[in-house]
Amino acid sequence: MSGMLAIYYREILILRKKLFRQLASMSVSPLLYLVAFGLGMGRDVRVGGHAYLEFLIPGLVAMSSMVQAFAIASEINIARFYWHIFEEFQAAPIRNIAYVTGEVLAGVTRALISTAIILIIGLFSGVTLAYNFHFWLAVLLNSFLFASLAVGLAMLVKSHSDQALLSNFFITPMAFLGGTFFPVDKMPDWARTLLHFLPLTHASSAIRAAAFDEPVDPFSYLLLAGLGVALFVLAFQCVNRARE
Amino acid sequence: MIRIENLTKKYNRTEALKGVSLDVPAGELFAYLGPNGSGKTTTIKILTGLAVPTSGEAWLHGYHVGRQSIEAKRQCGVVPQNINLDQELSVYENLDLHGKLFQMSKRERAGKIAELLEYTDATDRQDSPVKHLSGGLRRRIMIARALMHSPKILFLDEPTAGLDPAIRRRIWSLVKKIQQGGATIFLTTHYIEEAEFLADRVAFLDEGKIVALDTPQTLMERLGAWALDRIENGAMQTRYFRDRDEANRHIGGHDESFSVRRVNLEDVFISFTGKKVQP
Repeated sequence: MSGMLAIYYREILILRKKLFRQLASMSVSPLLYLVAFGLGMGRDVRVGGHAYLEFLIPGLVAMSSMVQAFAIASEINIARFYWHIFEEFQAAPIRNIAYVTGEVLAGVTRALISTAIILIIGLFSGVTLAYNFHFWLAVLLNSFLFASLAVGLAMLVKSHSDQALLSNFFITPMAFLGGTFFPVDKMPDWARTLLHFLPLTHASSAIRAAAFDEPVDPFSYLLLAGLGVALFVLAFQCVNRARE
Repeated sequence: MIRIENLTKKYNRTEALKGVSLDVPAGELFAYLGPNGSGKTTTIKILTGLAVPTSGEAWLHGYHVGRQSIEAKRQCGVVPQNINLDQELSVYENLDLHGKLFQMSKRERAGKIAELLEYTDATDRQDSPVKHLSGGLRRRIMIARALMHSPKILFLDEPTAGLDPAIRRRIWSLVKKIQQGGATIFLTTHYIEEAEFLADRVAFLDEGKIVALDTPQTLMERLGAWALDRIENGAMQTRYFRDRDEANRHIGGHDESFSVRRVNLEDVFISFTGKKVQP
């Protein structure tokens, strides 16, 4: 427990040192999407009985929490490849599970901060949604899943540039295709089937349903939780492999 | 205190360690010498849990480094070759984080940080971000950090690499002070004079194998007390003599120019391996 808290403390300390830069960086993309798609293109568009802006905000929450949870991988890699701080953690009497949990928690914290930023931006845009238990549960599961994926991949890559490559191949396509900007149900059958394999599709759908105070498909929660646990276990295995 | 039995390590097809065995008793300052790539850092990485041996076993203060890794890690402090302080954090925060990683209470951490900053003469820099510190001070802070949890064994991997001679000597004094405090010190270096000045015993490592192990004095006495260097066909040739008179008598019979000096550990290493220690 104390080992996990030490790892988490370090990540939060780093986050606090760069807080303004981090907050600004977390705000830029959602703001741009909101202006371009929400205010520009979608002012008069309605999706499933909701204004497009209302449709967009939960999608942005899903996307942003995914991106920020996954961004913990960059912090780990900077610490590992440039500053060699991973060696300090490896030489400390803490178990790998404590290391993984601390890093995943840090990823989830980043995701929650980015979610709060979007909700504040949404509030200023005049969008009020239901931010109930189901909404936060979906955000947490989504963040947990992608933070676990980030820790595992960060242990497998051999350089920081490999990490960027993984983001380009997995995270960026998912951000655009996972039901963030458009309803997946409107896609052709083959595309819809394909997109249902993306965890972000389920996260977007759960977060959106909860935000509209509609019933959430329990399968979405189950899938996010199941995949999250599997990736967490994988991350734990990967820390062992990171040793020489 | 440190026990290594037949340790080997392979990286793909490269054999970094080829059956290293040694014992370092408590309180000893043991120097592990060899050129770059000889396996010094690999040995430290295995002992401190950063690498897994291909075969062989090791114990730190009686704890097996593989099977009892958490307990073994508690026994040792590590000062790695690379500066691995958190650059964004202050000196105090770096030490505090280390204390947290070793499950020290808040009170224990605060007390130990104050003590170590004074010990390493860095009290006035406790709030400075590490990225603003000089190379020498960073090294001292790394040593302070490794001592935070009062380890019984301290691993110093090239602790003075890249530092100027004055700062190097300051680090030596600090290392001596730590040993006098009762710690066992395992030092790797390719600065031969560092080992000569500090070590109780030295081991020479070459291509993953220990080629000599004894006290510096005994190793040097095996060659003689005096060395006589001369350039022959563009290459340095060295001969060793028991005393200076013997060396002088040898010079008397030749016309070339000679240089007479005391035998040092580098002579020992060259005589064993035919190589220089420095890269």
